[in-house]
Amino acid sequence: MLKRFEETEQVMRRCILLFLSICALPIQGQDWKQFRGSDGSGILGHPALPAKLDMDEHVDWKQALPGRGLSSPIVVGDRVFVSCASGVNQDRLHVRCHAVSDGALMWERQFWATGRTMCHEKTSVAAPTPASDGSRVFVLFSSNDLFCLDLEGRLQWLRGLTADYPNASNSLGMASSPIVIGDTLVVQSENDSESFAVGIDADNGKNRWRMDRPKAANWTSPVVMDDAVSGKKLVILQSSKGVTAVDPASGEIAWNYADGASTIPSSVVAGGILLVPSNGITALRPRSADAEPEQLWRSSRLRPATPSPVVLGEHLYTVNQAGVVTCGSLKDGDRVWQLRLKGPFSGTPVGWGQYLYFVNEKGLLQVVDTETEEGEIVSQIDLGETVLCTPALVDGALFVRSDQHLWKIAE
Amino acid sequence: MIRNTGDLFCLLSRRGLRGLSLAVGLGASLCGHAASLDIDTEIAVIQAIGPEGRGNERAQMAVRRLEQADGDTLLRILAAMDEADGLGLNWLRATADVIVDRELSNGSRLPLEALGEFLLDVRHHPRARRYAYELIARLAPDATDRLLPGMINDPSVELRRDAVQRLVDQASSLESSGKNAGASLMFRQALGAARDVDQIESVAAGLRRLGREVDLPKHFGFLTHWNVIGPFDNTGRRGFAEVFPPENEIRLDAAYPGKGKSVTWQRLVTSDEYGMLDVNKAFGPLKEVTAYAYTEFESDEALPVEFRLGCKNAWKLWLNGELLFGRDEYHRGIRIDQYRVRGKMKAGKNVVLVKVCQNEQMEDWTVEWQFQLRVCDETGTAILAANRPATPMTEAKKRR
Repeated sequence: MLKRFEETEQVMRRCILLFLSICALPIQGQDWKQFRGSDGSGILGHPALPAKLDMDEHVDWKQALPGRGLSSPIVVGDRVFVSCASGVNQDRLHVRCHAVSDGALMWERQFWATGRTMCHEKTSVAAPTPASDGSRVFVLFSSNDLFCLDLEGRLQWLRGLTADYPNASNSLGMASSPIVIGDTLVVQSENDSESFAVGIDADNGKNRWRMDRPKAANWTSPVVMDDAVSGKKLVILQSSKGVTAVDPASGEIAWNYADGASTIPSSVVAGGILLVPSNGITALRPRSADAEPEQLWRSSRLRPATPSPVVLGEHLYTVNQAGVVTCGSLKDGDRVWQLRLKGPFSGTPVGWGQYLYFVNEKGLLQVVDTETEEGEIVSQIDLGETVLCTPALVDGALFVRSDQHLWKIAE
Repeated sequence: MIRNTGDLFCLLSRRGLRGLSLAVGLGASLCGHAASLDIDTEIAVIQAIGPEGRGNERAQMAVRRLEQADGDTLLRILAAMDEADGLGLNWLRATADVIVDRELSNGSRLPLEALGEFLLDVRHHPRARRYAYELIARLAPDATDRLLPGMINDPSVELRRDAVQRLVDQASSLESSGKNAGASLMFRQALGAARDVDQIESVAAGLRRLGREVDLPKHFGFLTHWNVIGPFDNTGRRGFAEVFPPENEIRLDAAYPGKGKSVTWQRLVTSDEYGMLDVNKAFGPLKEVTAYAYTEFESDEALPVEFRLGCKNAWKLWLNGELLFGRDEYHRGIRIDQYRVRGKMKAGKNVVLVKVCQNEQMEDWTVEWQFQLRVCDETGTAILAANRPATPMTEAKKRR
């Protein structure tokens, strides 16, 4: 009897979640639901923010944060979510929800880390960016603690991946951001020891599949692209060995590219082409499910440092260690121009139209007009704090966080 | 229900740590507040969650029901943390957060007095007590000044840390005023209670400024006297998994075939303040090699302990022949207490064996072949061996 009651309650709960998801649909275009945005490109397809930014005029609000972090804020409807870690060992984990309109704290949940919190001093336990399916947020920390909360802050489920897999950790810290595809959350927990990727049922936190991954530290995040034949969504897992395309529901491998790839900047998808930080940048076009993808071009001159590549229109942009932006042709990888910015950079630029917004590690936001002949910095805002995150960009607003603050920069 | 912060002060100072028994009966007295809800059953569901998400669905339903309970249920949820593992703690914390948020936004009063009693009952889970403390601090910020002085030796490392910090601040203030004798006494008190490395370092520096001796290896409980044997082969990192003779027997007079030569045990003692045992000192800066370090720990009684290890090489740790843990990560960083491994000491002689592997990397930052190991309880308080030798003099002291 109890079991039947619980089953009924489960069904009702799923119906409510489905209803809430449908309700959320009209505003999804304005959301920024994961690392580099809802589609993982870092780009909005419509006007988002002025190019000429001014500190006094455009910093709409600034809110103090209780702990460190370099995860990106994400935006769902009228809420911006951000993760932090506090305490001498960063073992207090925070998930915060602020109002987009005025930055007011709507709710905060705190948890205790169950996995290892050791990391390099530059990074933080709050390194992976949360992800959302529009009705829930999935928040992962470097300690391998994973939480699913609804938008009101009620815990739906949790996992302690280090409790399950005791050697899954990296003494430098983990940073891969999870990604939600349909009702599967994909997490890459890749390290020198117990290295794996897992597809987790977004409804209950249980494994749908789990696969061993190369035993090597890896900070890249998965991306989504369509299967070339079926059009079905595939998740692309990048590692030092290359990239592997996986069915997110079953964990079955669709295809593989084995010519190595970076372990820091992540791939980006544009127009059915996968641009992989591999031997510089390698452009791949997937073919049938059981064949290696076609290599369209490769350019060592587009080699990215920490920030991931970004595609705007017909061009690809990468940032090197010296803070130089390189614009390359999406068609053949040829270099078009280079522009030296004030670096260095950890976060990936975001943009819309012809503009890219770069925030360097010193908190200097630089807006670049990419359609001038050699690229041009058209405005700057100095936030005055160390910023290592990738910003979030929605209609009319850019969100940036440091170890101390969350900013909204808006029209 | 108390009415203001002053009431809380009175209550806590009057009862101190002796009023613990009140909290024991608290759970029972609160049962009647949520008659329609079987709180114990819901809590048991949360406490029963298993690995790989097992029990998540049932826990979620239990939490939804518990969230409807009134503010007095908060104490029972916190008490339930006593029987929860790390994941259960987080489930219960999230439940408590929802209740607190709702009650506060409704203008309802939370049971501040009962929270105070709960906090003072050191039998409760340290994290539950910290939760109570932070909630009290939020509702009655002035209360913390009264509470902290009694928490200098608290089982909660978070509460203890705040109490220690007050002493450190006071000691520093005395030192700045030239009152060195008083400062020294306060630093001593702080050192005795400090468990976090940053505080210990800060306090030790203060004492040394005042000309006082500090035995850090003893304070931490580092194991400093070892026998080591090697090198064995670790070509292709295969030595991590390979079983070499010391894993099967400990015979300090034995000789075994090692990497390119016969190997025997030799004495290696560290005088490093943080117990770092530099294996390179015994064998030279070799690559693709494995060594073992062995020591004996005399314990007066059988007791659970934590081995806390820092190591940037691959390692394995055995206690009395039982493999406790191992990890094959190389050169990603090292810090004190990097790994916490539970073990059970038996009364009498205990055999501690560490395998430490060096890989093939040739960069400057991959030369280190070393580890630091200490024995303590779960708060980080050193557990010293009955046969602990005197702390070796540091190089600096020897030079003096």
